[in-house]
Amino acid sequence: MAERNMPVTDDELHAYVDGELPPDRRATVEAWLASHPEDAARVSSWRAHAELIRVRYGGVNRNPVPVRLDLDRLARAERKWTWLTAAAIVAAFLGGGAAGWFGHDLVEEPAPPAVKSVMTEAIDAHKIYVAEVRHPIEVPADASHLVPWLSRRVGSTLRAPDFGAFGLRLMGGRLLPAQDGKPAAMLMYESASGERYTLYCARSAAPETALHYSVAGPVAAVYWGDGDVGFVVSGPPDRDRLFKIAQSAYEQLDRRIPRGSS
Amino acid sequence: MWEWDVSGFRPDVERSIPALRRYARALTRDGDVADDLVQDTLVRALRSEHLFHGGDVRSWLYTILTNLNRNRLRSLSRRPALMPMDDNDAADMAGPEAGARDIERALATLVEEQRSALLLVVLEGLSYREVAEVQGVPIGTVMSRLARARAQVKAFLDGERPALRRVK
Repeated sequence: MAERNMPVTDDELHAYVDGELPPDRRATVEAWLASHPEDAARVSSWRAHAELIRVRYGGVNRNPVPVRLDLDRLARAERKWTWLTAAAIVAAFLGGGAAGWFGHDLVEEPAPPAVKSVMTEAIDAHKIYVAEVRHPIEVPADASHLVPWLSRRVGSTLRAPDFGAFGLRLMGGRLLPAQDGKPAAMLMYESASGERYTLYCARSAAPETALHYSVAGPVAAVYWGDGDVGFVVSGPPDRDRLFKIAQSAYEQLDRRIPRGSS
Repeated sequence: MWEWDVSGFRPDVERSIPALRRYARALTRDGDVADDLVQDTLVRALRSEHLFHGGDVRSWLYTILTNLNRNRLRSLSRRPALMPMDDNDAADMAGPEAGARDIERALATLVEEQRSALLLVVLEGLSYREVAEVQGVPIGTVMSRLARARAQVKAFLDGERPALRRVK
């Protein structure tokens, strides 16, 4: 057979190992390997390495799936956010009007006083510390006690969301005085171009489902409540980007829900 | 807004989670980062369900995860100073035997798309055609990535140890 004489290519050797070889070439490749010990050695090393990979990582998918990857929970969080966003947009149309929502001017959302005060505190803190060049933060991100410390002081289990998808790096955080003398936490993030965002968390008496957007000059902020904690993401007044970052924070912070389950 | 229809989309996604975690773990070599990726993949999948018109859910999920990881690496590489705050590698190293540790190091020397191609084939059992879809490249490209990945792993494990390229 002429086929017998066709040299076996490297591609065919890989295809042979991976079960991708057309059946009519199989015998040819096996004959080739029998007479080419170097190729046979490569093929057997590829198989051995594949086995090492399977042994090394095969256990991962037999471990129980962590609660934060529970699909029902993720779908619920997704629903909740969709609903919150819709509610906020409706509220903006009813209250501030379309121009207010989409415009870039100073906008006052009809927020309840409890929300308004948290947002004002967050925006004020943002303005003060974002402008700081030398000491924008109190505790740097690489200090392992940063988040536990802020959690303990605010009295709620906090997490530092990862905004890597937005090109933002966690710089660190600080503790701030909030209303009624209670402590609030602020985390600061920075992009490669120096753009800074903050996430502010404080105890809040506002109703849980509220979501508010507000622009104050060069700073825009999104507020949402979760239980008795209010969160505010503040940053440059790019509404879409801010909303995406806030949504990402919302989703990541929602994971802290081993409330009771851990 | 989120009505789960009879297509079995959601059970299919659910069944894929363990394999996604395995792939993400091998791809990133960090358990926390891996589960973050899987979570983002699942959220993205739930959100884009209406964009999914049949086909293999598992391949689609691998595609999302692979793209998210590429974005993650891109944002990391823009800031070389940014390393994961808690690198789990050290903790992992203590457990597995030497062979497992070596293969982990060998994989770490691969560039992202070669590692992804190798893992999708040998760990996840995808066909070349499926990997080509996941990576959005022709089959020939998948095969050359696979060949380069295997050559590099072999060279590393044979002790040649070329300059370490940590893409992490």
